[in-house]
Amino acid sequence: MPAVRGDGMRGLAVFISDIRNCKSKEAEVKRINKELANIRSKFKGDKTLDGYQKKKYVCKLLFIFLLGHDIDFGHMEAVNLLSSNKYTEKQIGYLFISVLVNTNSDLIKLIVQSIKNDLSSRNPVHVNLALQCIANIGSKEMADAFGTDIPKLLVSGETMDVVKQSAALCLLRLFRTTTEIIPGGEWTSRIIHLLNDQHMGVVTAASSLIEALVKKNPDEYKGCVSLAVSRLSRIVTASYTDLQDYTYYFVPAPWLSVKLLRLLQHYPPPEDPGVRGRLNECLDTILNKAQEPPKSKKVQHSNAKNAVLFEAISIIIHSDSEPNLLVRGCNQLGQFLSHRETNLRYLALETMCLLATSEFSHEAVKKHQETVINALKTERDVSVRQRAVDLLYAMCDRTNAEEIVQEMLNYLESADYSIREEMVLKVAILAEKYAQDYTWYVDVILNLIRIAGDYVSEEVWYRVIQIVVNREDVQGYAAKTVFEALQAPACHENMVKVGGYILGEFGNLIAGDSRSSPSIQFQLLHSKYHLCSPGTRALLLTTYIKFINLFPEIKGQIQEILKADSNLRSSDAELQQRASEYLHLSVVTSADVLATVLEEMPPFTEKESSILAVLKKKSGRMSAQEAQKEARQQSKEGVSASATLNNTEKTPNAKVNVSADLLGLSTPPSNQNNTQSNTGVLVDVLGDLYGGGTATQNGTSGITTTNSLSSNSLTSSATNNIKKFVCKNNGVLFENDIIQIGIKSEYRQNLGRIGVFYGNKTSMPLQAFSSSVSMDFQQQSKVIIQVKPVESTIDAGAQVQQMVNVECIDDFEGLPDLIVNFTYGNVPQRLSLQLPLSINKFFEPTDMNGESFFARWKNLSGPQQECQRIFKGSTMESANIKTKLIGFGMQLLEGIDPNPENFVCAGILHTKTQQIGCLLRLEPNRQAQMFRLTIRASRDTTSKNLCNILSEQF
Amino acid sequence: MQFMLLFSRQGKLRLQKWYVAHPDKVKKKITRELITTILARKPKMSSFLEWKDLKIVYKRYASLYFCCAIEQDDNELLTLEVIHRYVELLDKYFGSVCELDIIFNFEKAYFMLDELLVGGEVCETSKKNVLKAIAAQDLLQEVSYGDSPYEI
Repeated sequence: MPAVRGDGMRGLAVFISDIRNCKSKEAEVKRINKELANIRSKFKGDKTLDGYQKKKYVCKLLFIFLLGHDIDFGHMEAVNLLSSNKYTEKQIGYLFISVLVNTNSDLIKLIVQSIKNDLSSRNPVHVNLALQCIANIGSKEMADAFGTDIPKLLVSGETMDVVKQSAALCLLRLFRTTTEIIPGGEWTSRIIHLLNDQHMGVVTAASSLIEALVKKNPDEYKGCVSLAVSRLSRIVTASYTDLQDYTYYFVPAPWLSVKLLRLLQHYPPPEDPGVRGRLNECLDTILNKAQEPPKSKKVQHSNAKNAVLFEAISIIIHSDSEPNLLVRGCNQLGQFLSHRETNLRYLALETMCLLATSEFSHEAVKKHQETVINALKTERDVSVRQRAVDLLYAMCDRTNAEEIVQEMLNYLESADYSIREEMVLKVAILAEKYAQDYTWYVDVILNLIRIAGDYVSEEVWYRVIQIVVNREDVQGYAAKTVFEALQAPACHENMVKVGGYILGEFGNLIAGDSRSSPSIQFQLLHSKYHLCSPGTRALLLTTYIKFINLFPEIKGQIQEILKADSNLRSSDAELQQRASEYLHLSVVTSADVLATVLEEMPPFTEKESSILAVLKKKSGRMSAQEAQKEARQQSKEGVSASATLNNTEKTPNAKVNVSADLLGLSTPPSNQNNTQSNTGVLVDVLGDLYGGGTATQNGTSGITTTNSLSSNSLTSSATNNIKKFVCKNNGVLFENDIIQIGIKSEYRQNLGRIGVFYGNKTSMPLQAFSSSVSMDFQQQSKVIIQVKPVESTIDAGAQVQQMVNVECIDDFEGLPDLIVNFTYGNVPQRLSLQLPLSINKFFEPTDMNGESFFARWKNLSGPQQECQRIFKGSTMESANIKTKLIGFGMQLLEGIDPNPENFVCAGILHTKTQQIGCLLRLEPNRQAQMFRLTIRASRDTTSKNLCNILSEQF
Repeated sequence: MQFMLLFSRQGKLRLQKWYVAHPDKVKKKITRELITTILARKPKMSSFLEWKDLKIVYKRYASLYFCCAIEQDDNELLTLEVIHRYVELLDKYFGSVCELDIIFNFEKAYFMLDELLVGGEVCETSKKNVLKAIAAQDLLQEVSYGDSPYEI
């Protein structure tokens, strides 16, 4: 047991030793339970504990918590410690509160007073303790309680430096919770002027705060630009001895430098030529210093120096206006590409991706192509290789596309599984984007399927089909190539899908060659049939019926196959249905009718490439780059973004701006809808062709019912009412022949109780019944869902109830999934539904008069705060609309809008972290059967979220 | 910075500091995932990795891993130096610090971190000033506890 320092608690040290000596997990748990029992009895006992004992026990609880055990008592004792007049007890009390108290605990009310006392203490150590605690908890309550004290503390001349530092960062933390906490007005300039403070520590802390404020409101704080530049200039030109303890391994104030450079990236290059010149001088000096021999061999020196350098390059890229600096930055990064430090290679590759998007440095980046390709082959760290892939993708243009795509294909054969899917998408996008010759494009995609078939997602092979269908000049080649590819003894199922589709459409183009006669084509495809999944078989059946139209001479051969028991009596309902319908079609219809029904597919409508959207969705990291590109695109008008494949070819001479992205890369990511509609086209068409409207195809609004073995009839009559629940709380959620699921729910403030009723409609019990509710990962911290268990058997005709308690923490999107599993007559059933828990359930209606409505409306005028939708409505009945709006949860305010046809509403969304004020205006246009919906909310994103939910209701 | 974790080569969590609010369950899940990911990495690999929409920066000192999650526009290299500065402070305070010091004096490790970082941002980078602040705290302790009462 090492020596315990200072005022150490012996009892604690002994306990920790005991735990460490435990030989097994069980022994540890036993020891902990014993200790918990001991502490509980001490806390409950009549003997009053002295401060030291309380401190010791609280500390033990803390230790137990940190071992990963839950602690559900001791909070009151910790709160008591806060007001102890012994510092060491106070400090432990604060530590316990900081680590264990959730932002929303009721305890917060109890500690506010103690914190207030310490905040006004004359001892800076106490004040700091209080500030650190506020920053640690950082909740709305804290912001409310201390929102006025802390800004005062920050700018007052009497506050000591150490306190100012904590106050600045404490304020920053509260600002992240509640943006209103920053007073504005004359405070703005006082906060900005902290950048001039004598004390480097104060400036460092303040620059973090100011950076956050600037991000939110650049205009109000633009006075900070010149101050930041001059401060930076002073640091950059300082010798390392000038700044004493703020020099870190011979680098003057690296933290402050980085913060200032970061701050300046929120603004365009300064307009004042003096300031701008100063800034460029700084950047120049930083680049020069990078070339100087290191002042120390320590990695800390190199890290700190390069941290500043990377931030400088980052601002150079951001301003994108100094070609000289951009090229110098690029050369510097080029040196790092072969540095022995893995970290530097990693960062150089990452930063170069951004440089590749600038027209000034794109060519300079391309000089390093060979090194980057080499990195792909030799780097031992997959995350570095991943960066190399990103960079190749970014530096790719028309001149080097073939080479880069080829290298990426080579690498793909041995690439790590973790990055294959993304690589496949990237290769597919590059091939599509830079194809001058579409035969090359077809070859690349088929190679992708050959090399990494498992990672070729639907979007990729849908896309190659879309392109082949749309481009007459490549159809013959595509048919020939897939035919050859299919001759490989083992070929990937995706190849069979693409081959099946393309031969079904264009097989006639190669049928003249006796080596690929209709009969040979058919036999080749059919040789794969039995190895494929039902989905692919279904596709092949459609190819076969298309063959009957294209090649009447093999009709008999195909009819035999359709008649085969394995198809006509297939256990798969879809296959069975297709086989029988196609067979019948081929028998009863005349050649004319057949030719009309099975005509060649019409061209697909060109939209954003569907795979691009998938890539965007897949990698959050990409979005930063895309955002950069997008910003750039907007600043340079002229290059229209969303040119489609068809016109890339028509405009071969158009200025190929390196940052122009012809596939509409610059469209905002919200276009994900396009993906759906795009791939939707294909699916729909196939769906129609395959006799759409069959039971399995009707995939009603968001519900999929898969019953692996049972016959179709069970699901055919399923109804799912999830949409209706946005504006009502009770009713039948889902019903089929077996089960009825009802919902009864009530909400108060940010809490809700949902009763889910499962009714067995059959005369047999439902067994192994279970249900689970889950929110997707990104949303799950925003709403806490507690599901009570449910009985595992539901008797014939019986109904059971399951309670779900919910607590809304933050504005969330989407609905939780509700998965219900059970067996019915030995057949497992799985219902994949959604729980009708949308954010609007936490509305509290707010009444107000016209004047205050309009005042608030005007207040919420930030561009993010408003969201507007125009959409077609199915109901224009006033009464209907009113019912829906009231059901939506807001207060319907009558007689406020000057136009009596319009509706306005107001409400407060209760979440645990904040209350969000929301205003709504709905303007119906009865002639056009259209609505315009405008929602304004005090919090960004909320208005959009609400608009999405409500606009689907009319 | 969103959070900082200290854990041992055996995957035992030694210190956790969160600068954003998550329910305990989520914290545990994140911790578990990150420890597994990082322990699986080889020594020569880069100290940075992408994880969800965050960047993870980690470094190993003897038997302890220090791991920080930072946001997209935070500086990776400088985060490594935040870690290093923290290690230096611990080292100075405990006198060549080892994992056991942090286990037995975890509260001190927390107090020290609170001086270096507040709300996830660097508050004081001067080693001298941080140690001065800690010394001032210790002094207050000495005053109130001249001799600590003996007990178990």
